[in-house]
Amino acid sequence: MENLVFLIPLALFLGLLGLGAFLWSMKSGQYDDLEGASYRALFEEDEMDKKNNHDREEVSS
Amino acid sequence: MPVHKSENTFDHKSPELEHFLVEGLHCPSCIREIEGALQKNPIIKNARLNLTTQRLAVEWSGDSPDAIANSNEVIGTLKDLGFKGYLFKDDPSAAEDDKEGRWLLICMGIAGFAMMNIMLLSVSDWAGTDMGDNTRSFFHWISALIALPASAIAGLPFYKSAWGALKARSLNMDVPISLAVILSLLMSIMQSLNHGADTYYDAAVMLLFFLLIGRFLDRKMRNHARATAHNLMSYRPSTATVVNQDGETESRTIELLNTDMVVRVAPGERIPVDGVIILGTSEVDSSLVTGETIPVKSTIEDKVFAGTMNVSGALDIKVTALSGKTLLDEIIGLMETAEQGRAKYVRLADKAAQIYAPAVHLLALITFLGWMIFSTVGWEQSLITAIAVLIITCPCALGLAVPVVQIVASSRLFKNGILVKAPDGLERLAEIDTIAFDKTGTLTLGQPEIANGDNIEPATLALAASLAKTSTHPLCRALIVACHERDIPTIATTSPLHEEPGMGLKATIDDKEVRLGNRDWCHVSMDIQKNTRYSELWLKVEGKEAVFLAFQDRMRKDAAQVVAWFQNKGFDILLLSGDRPDVVADVANKLGIADYLGAAKPQDKIDRLEELKAEGKKILMVGDGLNDAPALSASYVSISPSTAADVSQNAADFIFQSQDLESIVRAWQVSHISRKLVFTNFALAAIYNVIAVPFAAAGFLTPLIAAIAMSSSSILVTGNALRLNLVKLFSSQDEK
Repeated sequence: MENLVFLIPLALFLGLLGLGAFLWSMKSGQYDDLEGASYRALFEEDEMDKKNNHDREEVSS
Repeated sequence: MPVHKSENTFDHKSPELEHFLVEGLHCPSCIREIEGALQKNPIIKNARLNLTTQRLAVEWSGDSPDAIANSNEVIGTLKDLGFKGYLFKDDPSAAEDDKEGRWLLICMGIAGFAMMNIMLLSVSDWAGTDMGDNTRSFFHWISALIALPASAIAGLPFYKSAWGALKARSLNMDVPISLAVILSLLMSIMQSLNHGADTYYDAAVMLLFFLLIGRFLDRKMRNHARATAHNLMSYRPSTATVVNQDGETESRTIELLNTDMVVRVAPGERIPVDGVIILGTSEVDSSLVTGETIPVKSTIEDKVFAGTMNVSGALDIKVTALSGKTLLDEIIGLMETAEQGRAKYVRLADKAAQIYAPAVHLLALITFLGWMIFSTVGWEQSLITAIAVLIITCPCALGLAVPVVQIVASSRLFKNGILVKAPDGLERLAEIDTIAFDKTGTLTLGQPEIANGDNIEPATLALAASLAKTSTHPLCRALIVACHERDIPTIATTSPLHEEPGMGLKATIDDKEVRLGNRDWCHVSMDIQKNTRYSELWLKVEGKEAVFLAFQDRMRKDAAQVVAWFQNKGFDILLLSGDRPDVVADVANKLGIADYLGAAKPQDKIDRLEELKAEGKKILMVGDGLNDAPALSASYVSISPSTAADVSQNAADFIFQSQDLESIVRAWQVSHISRKLVFTNFALAAIYNVIAVPFAAAGFLTPLIAAIAMSSSSILVTGNALRLNLVKLFSSQDEK
């Protein structure tokens, strides 16, 4: 029975982790465009990099 | 209602984020193309395209503060890429709804998390027969630790709604739901304190979780439909060409117009404002406003209305609207009066709750009293049994019965291009017994087609077409279509063509002057073939008699079929139109509608509907024009095509996007079947209760049975609702 002391908090912690991940993903707008996201995965990687670099330039400037 | 907004609503300063609607999005590469091109522009910090909503969010870098110039630049870039972009005006109530949807999703996440973790503990409790009492009560306390905060948060949507209903001294479904959750938690705490065996933490949270899924999907579906409806309306032009004092023209958004400004409207454009013509002559097609199909010749001093179409010549219009006395104001006034007359509809779920809630609470009371009187278990045990009855009567199946059907029905309709705007629209549509159609734009497409084409020699048609080929006038285009249908070649004449706005065309072919245009243009004496039924063109070849070309509004392909289908089903059909009585009579005869009214003003339409309402009829109004808007609000339930005026679309409960009227039959079929399914669901929930309640009242209920009963009844109800997807819907193609 002693192992319950570890196992139950562990289970709860994992559950909370899942809940946290869900809330975070929702807050960061990952459910806003479910259709577009499936296509974005197909973009060439170098193009996405370029875009990201561009973003970074904007932020730093 | 652009003319109504004052200029203050549009901020000159650039907001940080602007939304655009992009038309023509169809492929994944569009995302990359558009975002890539926009990112290169220094005025834009970030651009992100949402493929689901077809909206583009642009974050400005702040380098260039002029909002209008910035927006125009984005729209320009989109145009270069081959997309049509529009500045999207956000609907504040939609944003509010969005927030609520998010809140529901958060509640659902919390309830889901809590349910799974409590289940983990409950299952081991149910399975662990050799579990010691201390361990069990340890498990119960942990469950309580999760369940109490989770149901405090996740249950809020239900508590709030229940409280609202109680304050208004009525009952809705959320009252028994809230009570069941709260009481089962209280009872479980009592049990935990007494080291009892039966706790219902899992049942309470599971109930919330299931109901939240239903509620979230319901809202999502409705928001989706509403956003699409809002998108449709944003596709309208929102800019006008303003002529300044010095004669220069500039493009301005409609919100920035003032009275006494002068607006130029090119042929083929919609007139954006109410005003008076100060320069130019043209024909104005006001079918969307009045239902009248023939374009009216308009010239200096004539009044024109927003939403009408300028057909043939450029017009300069002085803006007179914004004064509160425009046509739109009149229509809105009528609409508001009509809305007030409409009885508030009590939804099926609420009706059920009004029977169900008292019945359940009475049962629980009887159980409590029964145990107190006929047994010796004491008040505590009696109370626990009574609460068990409340839990097992399972508001879950009943709470899901209506929303689940609604979700399945709305999404089925959505796939068929029909948007359900009003939450109770489906329920009301299922109850109708009378259908009132508008003519122009509803039974007909609002596009002319030649009426006497078969009586005219092909050579004459070909000659007329050779002049008409270059014109954008709707009657000329109809002429070209007529030639295509008859395999007559249409070759534009090579000789120089002269167009006189508001009159017609002329050219010299084979040394003879040929004219195509109105009566005056072709010098037809007024006493020949006076006609009020058709739109007309005349073709006059020098030295010959003028030829009469008659046009009438083109009927929707399946109008006759749809009307016949409803008549077969025993519905009363009537036709209410603002068009001329002969034309209305003609269409009514063709479709076999006995009850019709022509030259009806908006007030006449309402009066006719009120008469029928007084006879106890429930009327579906189908209409598109501005003149139909008050009737749409006055009727029991209403449908508009997506080509309708903004005001009408706002007033309508449903919007259909297809060219065919079969959408109306489909909407009715789906609503009719939905109603049946809702009743089946109610019946299932009732049967379930009849079986389960005696067990609970007898004190045999265990948490395991409660959990199984709750999930199985929810699945049953959902499965029943999904049957809606199997039903075959009416199609005008099949019937032929």
